[in-house]
Amino acid sequence: MPQILYKEAVRDALREEMIRDDRVFLIGLDIGRFGGTYKATAGLWEEFGDERVRDAPLSEAAIAGAAVGAAMTGLRPVAEIMYIDFMTIAMDQIVNQAAKLRYMSGGQAEVPVVFRTQEGGGRASAAQHAQSLEAWFAHIPGLKVVLPATPFDVKGLLKTAVRDDRPVVFIEHKLLYNTAGEVPAEEYLIPFGQAKIHRRGSDLTIVALSRMVLKALEAAEQLAGEGIEAEVIDPRTVVPLDLETILTSVEKTGRLIITHEAYSRCGVGAEIAARVMEEGLYYLERPIKRVCALDVPVPFAPVMEDYVIPNVARLVEAARSLCA
Amino acid sequence: MITEAGMALDQELMRRMHLTMVKIRRFEARAVELFMAQELPGFLHSYLGEEAVAAGACAALRDDDYITSTHRGHGHVIAKGLQLDRMMAELYAKTTGYCKGKGGSMHIADFSHGILGANGIVAGGIPIAAGAALSAKMRCTSQVVVSFFGDGASNQGVFHEAANLAAIWDLPLIFLCENNFYAVSTSQRRHQKIGDISIRAAAYGFPGVTVDGNHPLLVYQAVKQAVDRARQGLGPTLVECRTYKWMGHYVGDPGAYRPKEEVEAWRGKDPLPRYERYLVENGVSTPEEIAAVHQQVAAEIEAAVAFARESPAPLPMDALADL
Repeated sequence: MPQILYKEAVRDALREEMIRDDRVFLIGLDIGRFGGTYKATAGLWEEFGDERVRDAPLSEAAIAGAAVGAAMTGLRPVAEIMYIDFMTIAMDQIVNQAAKLRYMSGGQAEVPVVFRTQEGGGRASAAQHAQSLEAWFAHIPGLKVVLPATPFDVKGLLKTAVRDDRPVVFIEHKLLYNTAGEVPAEEYLIPFGQAKIHRRGSDLTIVALSRMVLKALEAAEQLAGEGIEAEVIDPRTVVPLDLETILTSVEKTGRLIITHEAYSRCGVGAEIAARVMEEGLYYLERPIKRVCALDVPVPFAPVMEDYVIPNVARLVEAARSLCA
Repeated sequence: MITEAGMALDQELMRRMHLTMVKIRRFEARAVELFMAQELPGFLHSYLGEEAVAAGACAALRDDDYITSTHRGHGHVIAKGLQLDRMMAELYAKTTGYCKGKGGSMHIADFSHGILGANGIVAGGIPIAAGAALSAKMRCTSQVVVSFFGDGASNQGVFHEAANLAAIWDLPLIFLCENNFYAVSTSQRRHQKIGDISIRAAAYGFPGVTVDGNHPLLVYQAVKQAVDRARQGLGPTLVECRTYKWMGHYVGDPGAYRPKEEVEAWRGKDPLPRYERYLVENGVSTPEEIAAVHQQVAAEIEAAVAFARESPAPLPMDALADL
């Protein structure tokens, strides 16, 4: 099977969907001639031109709002917000408009918009360019929230997102763009609400989001050397959440670590922990552990950033203490 | 300022505008009564006094043109063609309302008439209108979009962002600013340095015009010119309509922040009798015809109220549908 990069998988998904459906178009900053700040849309402007790959003025709120309006009137826009940190500027259009218009209109409006963005740290991009804010969007009824961790997942999930008739917040990761993985040449889609079990084990369950999936797998390798077999699960979509796969695993292992790059406080890990407690309390032999970013803004200096954002060592340590 | 509209206007169109104004006037007055009698939940933001703007503007539109509206949107949606009974039912939070009781006064929508929704976020509809205009342009349908908003909204960031976007992409979008000189309790004099909001269009590179919003024909003329421009692919226009709302920000707000003399002066320039005099003086309608319109509308509204009162209320778990 061919190996391609995550950013190429993004581009291929968009390209295939744009060929398949004339109504799909892209709007965002520097996505056209520049090919996107992380080159995820490279080549698309050359192929589809200004009409369908639209470089917008610097207005996240207008970009998001225009995408909502276009989606309500027969088109299927994919709006890129360059950094998830800038979603803040577009929040009204995403949270008060896109998420709610169908409901408030009694089902009259369809808003088939995809807000594509990227999150995460590890590149010394500092506090305003390194956040992971999926919890904000997961909190809002009316939004689906997707965090793909691999080239295979990002392609299949992005195609599903474009075809979904409801608003989707699609969150890539800046340090995943240049990771490689196997992606079939034939078309495939990945449904929402289906977690992926990357690695099976019976001692410990690790639920990981986005780039933490890769770190969790690294940690699992290390732990295997110490006789601890970890099961690594990627929910892939936070909304809708595949809780069943997580519960089945916890029932087997009795121990759960949830790990994400987002700040610990009120992160998605808190929601998953609450759900597991509500529906699987008696499966647990130990308290649930969350391995997340410390509750401080992401600092610039790499040595500090590595301290704040969860790493393999912290995961291993958490696992050891759970299995002691 | 544009000068008095000429007689070249179609008389049937002029009478239709009158009918629209009467519908809005009587619907709003009745809604206020019902609200004060505590029959309607939530809030009401009354359009009383501003009828000429909605009537004139929407008369220049096709049924398939789009509008985005505001928290003060009853006038817009009535002018765009909504039925009074289903509107009343929505205010009564019944399942027969346009939004099945899910939206209420501030979120009335009907996509079959191009109404993309009233919006409870000030200026929230403006970028959406830009998106609809973009969509119309990309789909080559010759549809245009009118985005209604107030003087307060003209200070909101997204107004400026949408104006810039509409300009650079030549979107078929009419920015219709209803300047009623107050954003809730803050007078225009205290919330912006400029007098005519229409000059802001120049900052983005497209035309802006200010008209007497209390004369439906002047509004119609300005909007029609803007609509024609848009349909020809010439891009956006900002049409500022100077008007005045009779009641406070919401029904129940005594509006003590407005000087009594100012309110009385504007009430003295009531757009409805003023237009009725104009119609009679210019031989478009007789006083008897005008009275008949009032009677007909009054009956329609009573029927709407009865319909709304008799309609079923939603079940609590209907809240889970339409997500």
